[in-house]
Amino acid sequence: MTITDMTIQELASALRKGDLSSYEITSTFLNNIERLEPSVGAYITVTKDDALSMAEEADMSFREGDDPGLLAGIPMALKDNIATSGIRTTNASRMLENFVPAYDAYVTTCLRKNGAVFLGKANMDEFSMGDSTEASAFHVTHNPYDASRVPGGSSGGSAAAVAAGEAVYALGTDTGGSICQPAAFCGLVGMRPTYGLVSRRGITAYASSFDQAGPITRTVRDNAAVLDAIAVRDPKDGMASRFAPVPDGGYVGATENAFGNPVIGYVEEFSKGLNPSVRGALEHALQFYESTGARVVSLSFPHLEEALAAYYLLTSAEGYSAINRYDGVHYGYRAADAETVDDIYMLSRSDALGLEVKCRVLLGSYLLSKEHYDAYYEKAARIRTLVIQAFNTLFNACDAILAPVTTGPAPLLGTRNSESLNGQYSSDRFTVLAPLAGLPALAFPYGLTQEGLPIGLQLMGPRFSEGRLYMLATAYEDAHERLPRPRLLHELRNGNNHECP
Amino acid sequence: MSVLDYESVIGLEVHVELKTPQKLFCDCSTTFGAPPNTQVCPVCLAMPGTLPLLNRECVEYAVRAGLALHCDIAPSSRFDRKNYFYPDLPKAYQVTQNFAPICTGGYVDVATENGMRRIRITRIHLEEDAGKLIHHDDHSLVDCNRCGVPLIEIVTEPDIRSSEEAVAFLRKLRAVVRYTDVSDGKMNEGSLRCDVNLSIRKKGETTFGQRVEMKNINSFNFVARAIESEFKRQVAILEEGGTIIQETRRFDEKTGETSALRKKESAADYRYFPDPDIGEVLVNKETIARILASMPRLPDERKAMYKDTYELSDYEAERLTADKDLSDFFEEAVKETSYPKTLVNLILTDLSPLFGEDETEVPLSPISLGALADLLGKDIINSNTGRKVLKVMLEEDQDPVAYVEENNLAQINDPEVLQSIIDATVNSNARAVNDYRRGRTPALRALMGNVMRETQGRANPILAEEMLKATIAKNA
Repeated sequence: MTITDMTIQELASALRKGDLSSYEITSTFLNNIERLEPSVGAYITVTKDDALSMAEEADMSFREGDDPGLLAGIPMALKDNIATSGIRTTNASRMLENFVPAYDAYVTTCLRKNGAVFLGKANMDEFSMGDSTEASAFHVTHNPYDASRVPGGSSGGSAAAVAAGEAVYALGTDTGGSICQPAAFCGLVGMRPTYGLVSRRGITAYASSFDQAGPITRTVRDNAAVLDAIAVRDPKDGMASRFAPVPDGGYVGATENAFGNPVIGYVEEFSKGLNPSVRGALEHALQFYESTGARVVSLSFPHLEEALAAYYLLTSAEGYSAINRYDGVHYGYRAADAETVDDIYMLSRSDALGLEVKCRVLLGSYLLSKEHYDAYYEKAARIRTLVIQAFNTLFNACDAILAPVTTGPAPLLGTRNSESLNGQYSSDRFTVLAPLAGLPALAFPYGLTQEGLPIGLQLMGPRFSEGRLYMLATAYEDAHERLPRPRLLHELRNGNNHECP
Repeated sequence: MSVLDYESVIGLEVHVELKTPQKLFCDCSTTFGAPPNTQVCPVCLAMPGTLPLLNRECVEYAVRAGLALHCDIAPSSRFDRKNYFYPDLPKAYQVTQNFAPICTGGYVDVATENGMRRIRITRIHLEEDAGKLIHHDDHSLVDCNRCGVPLIEIVTEPDIRSSEEAVAFLRKLRAVVRYTDVSDGKMNEGSLRCDVNLSIRKKGETTFGQRVEMKNINSFNFVARAIESEFKRQVAILEEGGTIIQETRRFDEKTGETSALRKKESAADYRYFPDPDIGEVLVNKETIARILASMPRLPDERKAMYKDTYELSDYEAERLTADKDLSDFFEEAVKETSYPKTLVNLILTDLSPLFGEDETEVPLSPISLGALADLLGKDIINSNTGRKVLKVMLEEDQDPVAYVEENNLAQINDPEVLQSIIDATVNSNARAVNDYRRGRTPALRALMGNVMRETQGRANPILAEEMLKATIAKNA
């Protein structure tokens, strides 16, 4: 087995047996990055020197008999909106192109404590506003399964890095599908945790009442292992839940829980407008769960259209307010020709913020204005309450909902902006629901389409049901073949073999 | 119509900086006067990803102020974002409480020329302060030390009718925040700042006129002058048939007049919405009970006690209790004397000119001042001598009893001693005596002056005057 095919568990075990060193593993991934980045573009910043010295540190602690945990010595990528002390954190924006934070995000600290090795900072849509990573100010990221297609977004760099074998796992962040959607497009497992489970501190805010960081991995068990490391209560995130019930034995333990006789909900409205391959995937997965002992119940989800509208209104409002601090005065980009304070604001922001960000700032500014607040913000907030109530009702009838992540596989690059705004945003209709209600959602790979493009499905559950979602997804994963790695990787491997017979 | 036919309708918005050692949403120090940008951190500098963490101590301070001002405390309140761009506001929004403030209702009773007036308080909300801009010729510098310092904003109903009432309200408010230790209440350091909303109407009317706002006035004196000047300006406009425009005006301390700052103020849209980074602020009954139990005696309570115990007037009691340090000083000094009224006169007449607007530090010990009141009250020294002794005491705090004795300043109350001096005066000032007899009363003052000169000012003035009059009458 090649190093890049190994799971976290397998690598961890090899490290402890002394079969592999973190230095070897890290070097392998750094080599892959060097070879593949020109065709993938998953990273904004690769921290080669840091990675190697973190790897050496991990090896040292293994030699000294210290064991910081399962993630020790395993190289990974962080989405570039997660603050890393001393490593620039750009948010894929010209505005913060040279911004080097003096602090770590809390999740960064958690990973450091676990001995993780940072390979670099992954590409994303600027300030997480987008769903294809095409809104990065620096470069697009290609889907490793088909370089002509998007990897999804906004955590597209994180997903592409993992899929391409440029990182064992990655952290993404989610506001309305930014973990699950790229995970699905890249054939990966992505967890958007319950709001309040993972600290937001040090993660650039987009919409504070939605944002959550979560793992993007190749397997469900890997995902659970990463969540175990980052689902640590942060006393300095005022919105972090004080009562987050982490299962005994952690999330890794939860993956091994007995399947039992769960009730899986299927929402009829979700099947509308689906690509046949996604529809087929959903039906097949439901049959699988039924055959494994689950009861499948058919449910109805009201307010689906309104929920999508509410999601865009609320996130644009919060996003508008969150983005205004990038004004050229205190840090970040400042237009060189600015003479007055107003110049600094207008020229700096005009120059250094991208179109998608500007659109959402304008939208947020409009709908929060006195004349429109009641009609838009206030109404959207009420719809949010209705969506939470709707989910509560659904979860009285089932343990988890199985749903599509997207209507189809990853679209071609450059096709997102040509669609109408409405069409672009409506493709997010399945992934905004859990974030709108603050619920966890776990995307896992179903398989490949005939064209070889990954299709994912998601499980949504009540608050803090991450353990249950992991258990359900593990059951599916264990009963199915793992997705083939992207062709890109095979070609690389063949190339390698050719070079080193 | 004239100025006399109009009245001002005034509401105040008072910003009071809380005295908590730490900022509202981070651990930075709030100490005043530190070098620029030394009390800052990623949170108050609004670095990406930083989060506010509400400092509960600030909530308790606000509750304490609210309880002292007779407000209702909201069991649940909330923070909102007030969005606007300004270089002293790194987040580009101020965290404040727009929709659901922590305190509502409440009032302050103030003593005015027209008796007691009750000024109602609409609301008190918690918010963070902004930084400070330091302007130079061709550039400006930003000092973020003050960013995130906790404030409460106290908003009154438009119950104030004159500059006198406004100042009385502010003095009382300052007294309350100082007694409760919620704030330093120093206008000169900006820990108490005042916005004035003023409209005018004809006396007897119940509707409101167009309101003009005057922002950030930083002394009681300026508040009074701004109100008076703005009142006159508005009356002049209406008298000429003009209309008042809703606008923000600036009070110019040099000219004593107000000038338009920005007319667009009323159109400013701050796009308030609930801050998604901060949860509900919960204050339970136990917290309120605990804060009430630890509440110090407040000015009104002390005032009532002073009026009862020492027979002080409303005005005297209000002046004494307007500042906690002064009130504490009085309570110490009054233990040392049997003449509380005399003591109050010394404090309010002789010492009050020494007090600054924000400082009422008395540069002598309450024991000494109490002893001085006794010397005066017991007629051991007369009031002139008292003033001289006080002057000496202010230069160097010392025991007035010993000083009076050492310098032989005791009043001459012995009629025999006085009679001989009076006789000599009457004999050697025949012309003045005659003048007085012919009804020219000022002549008596000249004669008394002579008596005082002869006694180095130590004659008991009341006794001496009586004896002087009697002597002149007898010699007629």
